[in-house]
Amino acid sequence: MKLDKTQGALLAVTVALAAAGFAAPYWLTFLLMLALAKGLVVQGVVIQMRTGLVSFGQGLFFCIGGYGVGVASNLMGCTDAFVQLGLAVVVSLAVAAVLGLLMTRYRDIFFAMLSLALSMILFGVLVKNQALGSTDGFNVAAQTYLGWAPGPHQQKLVSYLLTVVIAGIAAQLIYLYMHSGVGQISEAIRENEIRVEYLGLSPRWLIYGNYLVAAAISAVGGALTAFATGHIDPEMAFWTTSGEFVFIALLGGITHVAAPFVAAVLFAVVRTYALEFTPNTWQLILGVVLLAIIIFLPKGLWSLIQRDKRAKA
Amino acid sequence: MSIILETKGLNRSFGAVIAAKDINVQISLGEVVGVIGSNGAGKTTFINMVTGYLPPSSGEILFEHQSILGKAPRQITRMGMARSFQVAQLFPELSVLDNLIAALVAAESPRPSFLRPTRTPIRIAKAEDILEEFGIPHLRDALVSAVPQGARKLIDIAMALIGNPRMLLLDEPTSGVSVEEKFSLMDTVMAAVRHHGVTVLFVEHDMEIVERYVSRILAFYSGEIIADGPPAAVMADQKVRELVIGHHAPQGGVRKRSAGQ
Amino acid sequence: MTTLIAILIDGLTYSSWLFLVAAGLTIIYGVMRILNMAHGSFYAIGAYCGASLVGWYFTGAEGSPYWSYLLLVLAAVASGLLVGLVIEQGLLRFLYRQNEILMVIVTYALLLILEDVTKLVFGVDPYFTYQPYSLLGRTEISGLAFSNYDLMLVAVSVVVGAVAWAVLNRTHKGKLLRAVIHDREISVAMGVNVRAMFAATFVVGSVLGALAGALTAPAISVSPGIGVEVIVLAFAVVVVGGLGSIEGAIVGSLMVGLSRAAAVHLAPEIELFVIYGVMSLVLAVRPQGLFGRALARKI
Repeated sequence: MKLDKTQGALLAVTVALAAAGFAAPYWLTFLLMLALAKGLVVQGVVIQMRTGLVSFGQGLFFCIGGYGVGVASNLMGCTDAFVQLGLAVVVSLAVAAVLGLLMTRYRDIFFAMLSLALSMILFGVLVKNQALGSTDGFNVAAQTYLGWAPGPHQQKLVSYLLTVVIAGIAAQLIYLYMHSGVGQISEAIRENEIRVEYLGLSPRWLIYGNYLVAAAISAVGGALTAFATGHIDPEMAFWTTSGEFVFIALLGGITHVAAPFVAAVLFAVVRTYALEFTPNTWQLILGVVLLAIIIFLPKGLWSLIQRDKRAKA
Repeated sequence: MSIILETKGLNRSFGAVIAAKDINVQISLGEVVGVIGSNGAGKTTFINMVTGYLPPSSGEILFEHQSILGKAPRQITRMGMARSFQVAQLFPELSVLDNLIAALVAAESPRPSFLRPTRTPIRIAKAEDILEEFGIPHLRDALVSAVPQGARKLIDIAMALIGNPRMLLLDEPTSGVSVEEKFSLMDTVMAAVRHHGVTVLFVEHDMEIVERYVSRILAFYSGEIIADGPPAAVMADQKVRELVIGHHAPQGGVRKRSAGQ
Repeated sequence: MTTLIAILIDGLTYSSWLFLVAAGLTIIYGVMRILNMAHGSFYAIGAYCGASLVGWYFTGAEGSPYWSYLLLVLAAVASGLLVGLVIEQGLLRFLYRQNEILMVIVTYALLLILEDVTKLVFGVDPYFTYQPYSLLGRTEISGLAFSNYDLMLVAVSVVVGAVAWAVLNRTHKGKLLRAVIHDREISVAMGVNVRAMFAATFVVGSVLGALAGALTAPAISVSPGIGVEVIVLAFAVVVVGGLGSIEGAIVGSLMVGLSRAAAVHLAPEIELFVIYGVMSLVLAVRPQGLFGRALARKI
């Protein structure tokens, strides 16, 4: 099987990141792990954005993923990473299967606000739930891998490698998806839904399919975040969290599969420094930058790179 | 001759406005039918009902002897009836080639693949073929939003035709196209249509175009069909002259016709 | 029976609060086709300004405590006017040709900015200015005590609703506004000064939002985050009633308010779901909302 340029590049980066994990300092692998996990959720947002829908509540599935891990680990006593990931995916798909029936009936602002409302409902439910720790959430035990329990020093490296591998696989699959029938027609839906209907396909069911895929990826991102931080709380479903996903999605743009990951890493780096210097104005900075992107770079930061490429050619 | 499309007592009203009244039509396989009528006469309403976009208030619609009442447009397209639009309905930010490939992918299966690429050599070849047929192969990689109006209409029709329908409904194929281009556009379209062996029904305002290509005319007025027959008879019909064409000769005078592109 | 009265009155007070919050949102959307996510921020700013002004008044001045109500309104009008004008003239009027979802993201960015600005200006500690609230005392109805302040809010919302309805339906400017709501392009072509109307509408909407906040301030502890809770609720109400319709906002507030009151008294666990349940039900039956306009034919 021949790999094209992008697939090759993605594979190379995946391998490089994995290798780097052995040499890099802990704070860097931690940052990268969180960023990649976040990037997965952003991929979910971007998948929906390609159909023209902005999800202001992707935190819903991000949170389900995280709490899936927490419930499995602390309430069911199962610490196997793969089982936890599987649970996260299964629960998010089940929820998405039901909610999707409602959500796919709406577009534009209705979809955006309904998604926000749903994630805030989960937030409200979790906050009221004492058993799950209410606003504090709870800590999650370290993961085991098919029976093997890594030592405390190996633990972080192993979960980092797992994240890199999952992100790498996701990138490859999403790349294929973008050029596939579903991927291309999803973009066509954004452009002209009526025409898609008249071509013989159901826009609604395509959007539903995308909604499910986005939910699953976001849940995986949430689960991996729980692996990294060892902690989950209702904040994962709060509107500010979802807003960050939207921000990163717009930062990277929807045209290239690597963009959400790159933008997520950039975001993580900037945020670390911003919180150090101006802890009370983080939202302010986000808002201003978001406006700047919309006004000056409607196709995201990636368009800067594209522009340069074209200039050189 | 077998009947491909039939409507029986089709009615549609919007409150007090009667958009369609007792429409009884039988289209036979292979016919080329022109639909004329002033604005608001019910021509697009008819097409919208027949293609499932608008439910009729009452009546029956049969395609290839099967009732299509209550079916969604996508189901009707899959059954073999496609349409083009008064305002070309395209995917502006995709290339012309990708627009056609999207149409092909849709035509091939109601469940497109999640992973396999859309751009395969076979599909690209088919799309290039139809672009050739429509005389616009040079627009292959152009972004649809940058394509001129006449070509947009052609792409709109090509997307309907590439799925190999058995019947094609064209809603004002030359609308928005300059007078000099109308004939060459219709020449191209009708040649392609004949090549694909499709039954055609098209709505048109320009009488010269209608006369040139059709074997039969349906004249609409105020939601009703006031005449139905061969062009000569319909054009000479008293009511049609009064309500649709007007008493003076249709766009007479000297007119330069471009001899193809 | 007491429960029924409790549900009715609680529902009524909650509905009137919802209406005050949602009125500005629906007007702005109706005229400008902008779903203003920062509407919650206007509410919060109005609440903070109202609480601050009244708080200052009660710690120093010696006038009658009843002036505090006027101060609340003044604080709302001033803050709503200022913030609304700055945002509309400084940012929004350059973006009117953008599509709706982009405008939502723009107003979302504004929400982020205003949340932090509010924190910077007013700090993160909660503000309690209970005096205007407790000043009016309570009334007993059927054995249950209800705050007169809450009942007064019902009166205020009725007045606001009546005025809004009257302006839209009985004045010349209102007719022009309804024309713009119906079709912006044609209105421009007809010579309506749409730009001026947009500016005026946005400011009215922001003042209404700030007013809702200011009037609510005495009843709650004003703290960061009250804006966002409100926007989600307001949206639900506006969607149920139909975007852009004052009558819709009234009916929507009543439906959501009464349902929520019923839930709170009968089944408190589902309180959150009830609101969105009502919204989903209405949208399932009538996607454009109860008083919304169906979209015209596209092909």
